[in-house]
Amino acid sequence: MSNTTTIQEPATVAQPAAKTTTLSGSQAVLEAFIAEGVHTIFGYPGGAIMPIYDALYDYQEKLKHILVRHEQGGIHAAQGYARTSGDVGVVFATSGPGATNLVTGLADAQIDSTPLVCVTGQVFAHLLGTDAFQETDVINITTPVTKWNYQVTDATEIPAVMAKAFYIARTGRPGPVLIDITKNAQLQKFDYPGYTKCEHIRSYRPKPIVRKQYVEEAAKLINEAKKPFVLFGQGVILGKAEKEFKAFIEKAGLPAAWTIMGLSALPSDHPLNVGMLGMHGNYGPNVLTNECDVLIAVGMRFDDRVTGRLDKYAKQAKVIHLDIDPAEIDKNVQTTVPVWGDCKDTLPLLTSLVNKNTHTAWVQQFHDLKAKEVEAVITEELNPTTAEMTMGEVMKVLNELTGGNAVIVTDVGQHQMVACRYAEFNQTMSNVTSGGLGTMGFCLPAAIGAKFGAPDRTVVGIVGDGGIQMTIQELGTIMQSEVDVKILILNNRFLGMVRQWQQLFHDKRYSFVDIASPDYVVVAKGYGIEGQRIDSRSNLRDALQTMLSHKGAYLLEVMVGKENNVFPMVPQGCSVAEIRLK
Amino acid sequence: MSKQEFTITVYTENQIGLLNRIAIMFSRRKINIESLNTSPSEVENIHRFTIVINETEEVVRKLCRQIEKQVEVLKAYFNTNDEIVWQEMALYKVPTDIIAEKVKVERLLREFGARAVVIRKDYTVFEATGHREETERLIKALEPYQLIEFVRSARVAIIKASNGFHEKLKEFEQTEPGEDVIENEFLDKQDEVFTM
Repeated sequence: MSNTTTIQEPATVAQPAAKTTTLSGSQAVLEAFIAEGVHTIFGYPGGAIMPIYDALYDYQEKLKHILVRHEQGGIHAAQGYARTSGDVGVVFATSGPGATNLVTGLADAQIDSTPLVCVTGQVFAHLLGTDAFQETDVINITTPVTKWNYQVTDATEIPAVMAKAFYIARTGRPGPVLIDITKNAQLQKFDYPGYTKCEHIRSYRPKPIVRKQYVEEAAKLINEAKKPFVLFGQGVILGKAEKEFKAFIEKAGLPAAWTIMGLSALPSDHPLNVGMLGMHGNYGPNVLTNECDVLIAVGMRFDDRVTGRLDKYAKQAKVIHLDIDPAEIDKNVQTTVPVWGDCKDTLPLLTSLVNKNTHTAWVQQFHDLKAKEVEAVITEELNPTTAEMTMGEVMKVLNELTGGNAVIVTDVGQHQMVACRYAEFNQTMSNVTSGGLGTMGFCLPAAIGAKFGAPDRTVVGIVGDGGIQMTIQELGTIMQSEVDVKILILNNRFLGMVRQWQQLFHDKRYSFVDIASPDYVVVAKGYGIEGQRIDSRSNLRDALQTMLSHKGAYLLEVMVGKENNVFPMVPQGCSVAEIRLK
Repeated sequence: MSKQEFTITVYTENQIGLLNRIAIMFSRRKINIESLNTSPSEVENIHRFTIVINETEEVVRKLCRQIEKQVEVLKAYFNTNDEIVWQEMALYKVPTDIIAEKVKVERLLREFGARAVVIRKDYTVFEATGHREETERLIKALEPYQLIEFVRSARVAIIKASNGFHEKLKEFEQTEPGEDVIENEFLDKQDEVFTM
């Protein structure tokens, strides 16, 4: 077969160093972490990963290990860490149940493009396939929810495989990588050749080549547009291209709306920030999606929660799609001009070609619709006339007290939509939420990780009474590792989002959404965490202030209206232009 | 767009688990794989998957892009039947005594281009290569003569317009590849996409 070319070994194979030392496979894993700049590991020990934990005992000076209470908590914490630090989150779990507990977090990280490296222990190689104790087929279970996974059965593979893992996790469109290491490989001693970072894999193209022709065509479309409209997603944050993005929209005077994953990439008070897209987004950006003439999507993937009914989505517009992942182009929305590449590279090229403009009248249309939304929804949400508190007013006071400087971590449901709608941000990487997968239970562990990822910032985890009970065990992690996170429970005594749908679309048949809560303040106290519960508006500001100024973790439970709904809303199966204000 | 038969050719690294990673791209979308073959390719250490599915061109194009996104996949091409040369091989086991008695059978076999692989006292195994309809027609023809066993291989296919993967691979091995490595990205030239 090899009649023509000589095939080189993949570039990931580590080059032998001048002198070799003997290391165990476990030590090689930890050396890889150090070489990749890892400081914090979230994990939980167990039988099949014991050799790695044994090695970790001697690395405590260099690597901080946070003992979580459940592997799902560990991986969500790593996600929170990745999202606020912009670096790779790292997780340890044992084989079998330890590994299967990672699956939800892997799926979440996969759909939200979060860079993770998870290391799972596995039974001895000679036991593979024998139904050994705590053996499970982790590689096959995790294949659909990882960007890459690999099973190591020989320690000599470890340096190159770990280098590949970090390279794949953080480059291109980031994602989770899982490395499954059999116990014999963890124990095996081998001549350690040193660690060489991976910089190239021949079958993997992290960044498509930027085509000048398309950038020019895109610029031409933007320059000719009367009503151009920008949608931006997490790609701007992952590409660390916030400055480039701002320069782009400012030069061409482009109104820009965000997906919840793109939130905080552009300051909330920026004059061209016209708000949130999608099902519970703002009125203006949804309605005007079907009025713009050129739609410019930057680092977003046209999720169904953003587009509503696709056959009625922006049919009048020419679409420019900037994305690093070629598979996203045309996936949901037909593109007129695709601009492949890292938006960090493509945005400046585009900026240099677009004409200065203001589009004053067009931008004003967003403001006019905003006024309508303020009148119909926002005023009552932020300054309610009802006796019961609203989630919106909690957000309003929180904004005033944090000044938009806090990291806001949310769970999933009504509080998430309200928090994303009303939270104010003046710096990037400040909004951590489970976007694509909608994972209840994400908030508490993700907030822990977010604090380690941004230790100098205030981290507020906003969570519902349903979500908190899904991963409440992580209060133990907060206690033991003294994590300074503020836990803000917005308790409406319902699984609110499902209840809202049951009210609107199922004749108020409230099927199993009436959820009871424990006394969270007492529970927190049991973990040595201070807290209080309030149910009156008059205490709101003081209580939030107490929470924020408290030294260390704090839990504040705010009782809010039982049957409040989140509006506006694009009902499922409707076009974005059919967004309802009530 | 109506469904038709497409042959997907995927060039990959040779790694355990990759077959599953590729197979689940189809099962996730509830697409039945009509035929799947893995084999070496013209380039040493590079594997070649040949997958046949019945789908619309739009679905196949998107699928190929998702397949190509997998870390160990170098390239995925898709072609209609008139863009490829393909064959399937089939084996037929029939009782030797009946074969020997019936002259017609011999004629049939000649007509279908089949040949005897094994001739024993009790049975004879014939082999035929061709398109599905051809190997299928031979089953029909042999059925009256007590066809004992039948098996057919997956499709293997050669892309008519392909220049092979040697030159492509050289580009992939460079850190900064040339522009033609990722020609599948020229989505606006959709008719030319995925042809080499």
